[in-house]
Amino acid sequence: MKSYTDKIKEIAKRLLKEDKVDMVIGYRKGTVPLMHQPFFATSEGEVDSFVWDSNCGLNLANYITDRKERIGIVATGCNSRNIAVHVVEGKIQRDQLYIIGIPCQGMVDRHKLAAMAEGNIASVEEDEDKGTITISGQGFSKSVDKAEVLQENCSICVHRNPVLCDELVADEVTEQTREQADPYARVREIEAMSPDDKWAHFDDLLSDCIRCYACRNACPLCYCPQCFVDESNPQWVGKSVDPTDIRTFHLLRAYHCAGRCTDCGACVRSCPVGINVRDFTKKLEKDCLELYGWEAGLNTEQRPPLDTYKPEDPEDFIK
Amino acid sequence: MKVIKIDKNEWASGLEKLRSAYELIGPVKEKFYHAFQPLESGQQPDMDYINTRVSPKYVIYPQSELILECSLNENDEDYKIYKEPEKEYTPKAILGIRPCDADSFSLVRRNFDTEEYKDPYWLRAYEATTFVGLACDQPCPTCFCSSAGSGPYSDSNLDILLADNGDHYLARVLTEKGEKLAAAAGWSQDAGDEADQQIDQKKQEAESAIQSRVNTDKLASQSLLDLYEATDAIWEKEAFSCINCGTCTFVCPTCWCFDVQDEVSGKKGYRIRNWDSCMYPLFTLHASGHNPRGTKVDRLRQRFMHKLKYYVDKYENGIQCTGCGRCVQLCPVNIDIRRICNMLNSYDPESCTCEVTAS
Repeated sequence: MKSYTDKIKEIAKRLLKEDKVDMVIGYRKGTVPLMHQPFFATSEGEVDSFVWDSNCGLNLANYITDRKERIGIVATGCNSRNIAVHVVEGKIQRDQLYIIGIPCQGMVDRHKLAAMAEGNIASVEEDEDKGTITISGQGFSKSVDKAEVLQENCSICVHRNPVLCDELVADEVTEQTREQADPYARVREIEAMSPDDKWAHFDDLLSDCIRCYACRNACPLCYCPQCFVDESNPQWVGKSVDPTDIRTFHLLRAYHCAGRCTDCGACVRSCPVGINVRDFTKKLEKDCLELYGWEAGLNTEQRPPLDTYKPEDPEDFIK
Repeated sequence: MKVIKIDKNEWASGLEKLRSAYELIGPVKEKFYHAFQPLESGQQPDMDYINTRVSPKYVIYPQSELILECSLNENDEDYKIYKEPEKEYTPKAILGIRPCDADSFSLVRRNFDTEEYKDPYWLRAYEATTFVGLACDQPCPTCFCSSAGSGPYSDSNLDILLADNGDHYLARVLTEKGEKLAAAAGWSQDAGDEADQQIDQKKQEAESAIQSRVNTDKLASQSLLDLYEATDAIWEKEAFSCINCGTCTFVCPTCWCFDVQDEVSGKKGYRIRNWDSCMYPLFTLHASGHNPRGTKVDRLRQRFMHKLKYYVDKYENGIQCTGCGRCVQLCPVNIDIRRICNMLNSYDPESCTCEVTAS
């Protein structure tokens, strides 16, 4: 993705030189494979560290919450939607931002690649023309189609291009239609389960949780000054690894994200034990679309459906 | 020191013999990766594993541990009087623990076993455990144990060190606990005169395979305040990406901090200690509402200053890290302790600069 990287650097340098922004937020090359690091540049020299490829999977909207500076920020489709959510919710002003839009071709799933590797991955090469990713380490080297190892949220994404931006680094990419992407196939599978199977599924899903809160903290929606699980007066949730407390945390967090989540996948990407946190959030996204015709972060004016009331809101699910 | 030879087919049968005297814990492949788990009857540890995501520290020091309990029934004589729960510390054996993880218990012990304070829960569990280590012949790209006071064949906190030698293990029996376990398993075949040399040869090969290192030679002589105040040169930039999750602290074998919580269930009260993380704002929040580490820059600085400076100065025994590389691999935003260690080590307060090397 050299062309993207070069263009990001060019725009960032210009913005800093012309004093249009105080800082530019992007990624610098990580110290380990499959992992670039969110990074800010305040000088033209620092801009040279910026990089763009299929390992920029965290959501940079997380890094602008309540900031006062004038900020240049690199943003994909989902990142731009979270920026829009931030603007709607008053966590940043639109005119503080210069959005460097990335027509996104998806991020690779580091958990999936780690599982495919016969040992520890020491290096990763991406061949843009062939659309392949090559992972290698001691005694092994393996090439796979990028399409096969995309993060699941990226493979079913229908908003790859920024919905909000000031300048694009390249021409827009072709969007998949919802029919092509079939984004709710997995939700339907879970919906079709019996109550017992559903219980077993979610029990198993959370069985490895170590309550590190990486999912919450990687999420741009989770900006509460104090999360309900951290409150001590009153204390709503126990702090041990009791399964009930772990479930309570995940379920409540998911509901707090209903109608606001853009399915950026940062929660899944950041989980150290590989929990597919999106099994919760994707269902709520589907419900919001079906009940309210709503997708989060498509504009900077409308408040999310669970934050507003309309006489024609559906109510047949209220039992 | 005795070296015995354990044929791999005798390994499995030996483990079965151990079951009557020990609870066995070893690496097993779970859904996607390996974890240390109690081995059920007939279940073998997967000795081809590379390393686990979560360290085996939990075996001695569980993430949530009941330390006291009381009755909340007003009719009971001991109503609301907290007592230690009855707990059995049956002998355990951790099989296939990596030398870096075993060494981490020596570091943690400096906190839980001091002249002034002895943590009964940690010590009883530790003393009941026999550590059967598996030397590391294929270190990961993120392993830097040999420059962090440990090593792929380090045996300073093991009872037995196993070196994989094809169809058998060469086992260095290091302690009385180790001898007892080997005898119980029926492993007694003398490995011959050259076994020691063979292990040393393998050790050299493994050490030379480690590509990653940290520089720690100047940490002790650096001024604590200079490092603490290196906000512009180090802390602000390095903390930017931090999301203040607890991944690094929870996967770390040497992080020892905990929080004590009271919980009620029915007519019983429970006092539980849970792992805590200095990355969380709540960690230092005072009852007054004041938080001395109110920003993520403060918290990130605390974690690395503790591991790389305060600990170094207090115990004069190296850094509080064994180089297992888990935090490097699992930090969701690529904060790399190797990079930060090298920055602290090379920091020049005159010019306020440091060398940046990642590995």
